[in-house]
Amino acid sequence: MDLIWLIPLLPGLGAAVNGLLGIRYFSKPVAAGIACAAMGGSLLLSLFAFAQLLGAEHREHVVTIANWIPPIPLETVSGVGQFEVPWAFRLDPLSGMMILIVTGIGFLIHLYSSSYMDHEPRGGYVRFFTYLNLFCFFMLMLVLGSSFLVMFVGWEGVGLCSYLLIGFWYHKKSAADAGKKAFIVNRIGDFGFVLGVFLVFFTFGTLDFREVAEAAAHMPVEAAGFGVISIICLLLFVGATGKSAQIPLYVWLPDAMEGPTPVSALIHAATMVTAGVYMVARNAVLFEHAPNVMFIVAVVGAVTALVAATIGLVQTDIKKVLAYSTVSQLGYMFLATGVGAFSAAAFHLMTHAFFKALLFLGSGSVIHAMNDEQDMQKMGNMRRYMPVTFITMFVGSIAIAGIPPFSGFFSKDEILAYTFQENKVLWGLAVITAGMTAFYMFRLIFMTFFGEYRGPSWEKDDDSHGDHGHDDNHGHAWHGPHESPRLMTTPLWVLAVGAIVAGFVGIPAAIGDFIGVGNAIHHFLEPSFTAESAGHGGEHGGLHLSHPVEWALMAFSVLVAACGIGLAYVNYVRRPERAAQWKTNWAGAHRVLTNKYYVDELYDATAVKGTMASGRGLWTFDKGVVDGAVNGAGWLTRAAAWVSHVLDKYIVDGLVNLVGWIFAEGSYVFRRGQTGLIQNYAVATLFGVFVFVTVYVVARYVG
Amino acid sequence: MLEITPAHYTILSAALFSIGVIGVLVRRNIIIVFMAIELMLNAVNINLVAYAQQLQNLIGQVFVVFVIAVAAAEAAVGLGILLAFYRNKETVNIDEMNVMRW
Repeated sequence: MDLIWLIPLLPGLGAAVNGLLGIRYFSKPVAAGIACAAMGGSLLLSLFAFAQLLGAEHREHVVTIANWIPPIPLETVSGVGQFEVPWAFRLDPLSGMMILIVTGIGFLIHLYSSSYMDHEPRGGYVRFFTYLNLFCFFMLMLVLGSSFLVMFVGWEGVGLCSYLLIGFWYHKKSAADAGKKAFIVNRIGDFGFVLGVFLVFFTFGTLDFREVAEAAAHMPVEAAGFGVISIICLLLFVGATGKSAQIPLYVWLPDAMEGPTPVSALIHAATMVTAGVYMVARNAVLFEHAPNVMFIVAVVGAVTALVAATIGLVQTDIKKVLAYSTVSQLGYMFLATGVGAFSAAAFHLMTHAFFKALLFLGSGSVIHAMNDEQDMQKMGNMRRYMPVTFITMFVGSIAIAGIPPFSGFFSKDEILAYTFQENKVLWGLAVITAGMTAFYMFRLIFMTFFGEYRGPSWEKDDDSHGDHGHDDNHGHAWHGPHESPRLMTTPLWVLAVGAIVAGFVGIPAAIGDFIGVGNAIHHFLEPSFTAESAGHGGEHGGLHLSHPVEWALMAFSVLVAACGIGLAYVNYVRRPERAAQWKTNWAGAHRVLTNKYYVDELYDATAVKGTMASGRGLWTFDKGVVDGAVNGAGWLTRAAAWVSHVLDKYIVDGLVNLVGWIFAEGSYVFRRGQTGLIQNYAVATLFGVFVFVTVYVVARYVG
Repeated sequence: MLEITPAHYTILSAALFSIGVIGVLVRRNIIIVFMAIELMLNAVNINLVAYAQQLQNLIGQVFVVFVIAVAAAEAAVGLGILLAFYRNKETVNIDEMNVMRW
């Protein structure tokens, strides 16, 4: 367990090697090998650490590898505190589960990508794996970080990698825009998160999760009104809505589908978007002390789940359906945390990671087979061409729809049971969402894999390309839909198995008592959600419903899911024309839904336009007033300089020149005499002699 | 028989001197001017010789020898300057010699 710091570091090293050397020098297999090996090593270490954690008596282990921020005296609510943050990683049940998800699914997706991205040019291919490894590095740091600030490093890092990977095909404007949108929307959430962290330090004088939880456990529960803990939780939740795509900040996630499909699977389904749920669960003690915020979280989660599910009903882009499904399922998780069922949220997080990664990778496989076509209206009957993808995606859909004994059933049902206990209205919303989930997932399956083939035709020249068609369909000719290569189907199989069995660790009490198995994950995760010293630890874990009620709830939700599937079957397989009929009969509603409730337009009209307008206003101010002042000062200086120049030229220089001029002009008379002719001078001399002689003679003889 | 008195010498000398002065002042050719200067010097020499005879004093005679020697030197230097001038200006016209102006 002392080596857990290597778990994030290995992908980090992989990213560094691939990024610094690989983009220039490595071939595709070498780069993919390095990336996969880094993830594989990380996975082995995680398994090892997890096994040790299961065996340990005290299931919490903190490893400090270095000092980061030395103690700095900083103001807190109780005098001056020491702001000190070490590079410390915390392995406890929650983070243990998360590192298994991240490294496990991350490893599978690395394998998948090595084949999926094969048609990229070498530089782009290596760059992709660099980003992917970098993402895993930050994600593992996020889940392993033992304090808010270490977590924040990972938090921002995954945001960066998300931006880089959404905009991976940066020459495509829509992809570049989607990347920017994701990054900017996340910034809004991160701002809240950062404020929350500030307030945490100001309130508790520390940023360590455990210390904060212990301190918060001794504070009163803020049942009425909003105290400081409520404000902290609210700010942290703002961060979570950004990262985990909840209302009102969910708009970036559907657009994020512009990225390559493995990225959608890893970042925008299985791991990064669950960071918000993870963060809320990590601070369970804080949230427990803010019941009002818990209620807000639950409402936001339930409404997001419903809204996203309704939008998902009408989308025709296969990845968009899955994206809205992800938003919806994340809403479920927040609903669970909101009603205090943190372990149920974490449980659903895990099962969702399996089946949603599976569904995304399956959709990637389909998109690959259809030569980068994403519109389900141009697919159909794909099960004939790609049986493995069909079977595995079918498993994933059953899992997400909540049919027992697949994993989604257990986790979703636990959430529904807790919600039923807390709030019947929210339970109603959640059940409707569950029905819609089943409907749109099977709509996806039926539109894609059943019915008539509606895609473009292809030339059936020879059958020799039939099986290994992967390489030759991207260059020039496309030989029709085909099953993906082994490197892509293997992760699908593994994830399909995961989607089936992952639920067995959280068998609800009603069934568990019946067959004699306890709710393993619930018990396992419990220490992560309670403060050790608190007397009331574990109280929220209670599900006080009687077994008959639980059975009834389960039966009801299965029934709802079955109805959703049946409806999809009738509308898209038995009588496909009915779907079109619905569309014409409910044209208004259909238009609103296909336009996603016009939320993007609303944000564009308010937030984006507002920001642009204020920016333009500030620019005008800058140009008119600030630049005006500067330019005015410049103009004044120039004017003063001109006056000074005039004075200098006409007064000072004028005086000097006047003196010179007077002498020049005054000397004119004298100059005339100087002819330079020697004879003139001689005449003058002679004249002088005459004068002297005359004077002498006159003086001598006359006077 | 008319006796030649100092007055005659003096008048001859004055006439020669005047001719020299006028020659210096009005002639344009520098060689003529030069010769006019020689005339003036020799007018003085006549005066000196005449008064030396009159006063029975040899100092005047000695002076004349000095004047002839200085005149010879002066003629040599003057002709040198004249030659240099001619090489520069291709003329001996005294009106062209006005470079000593401001």
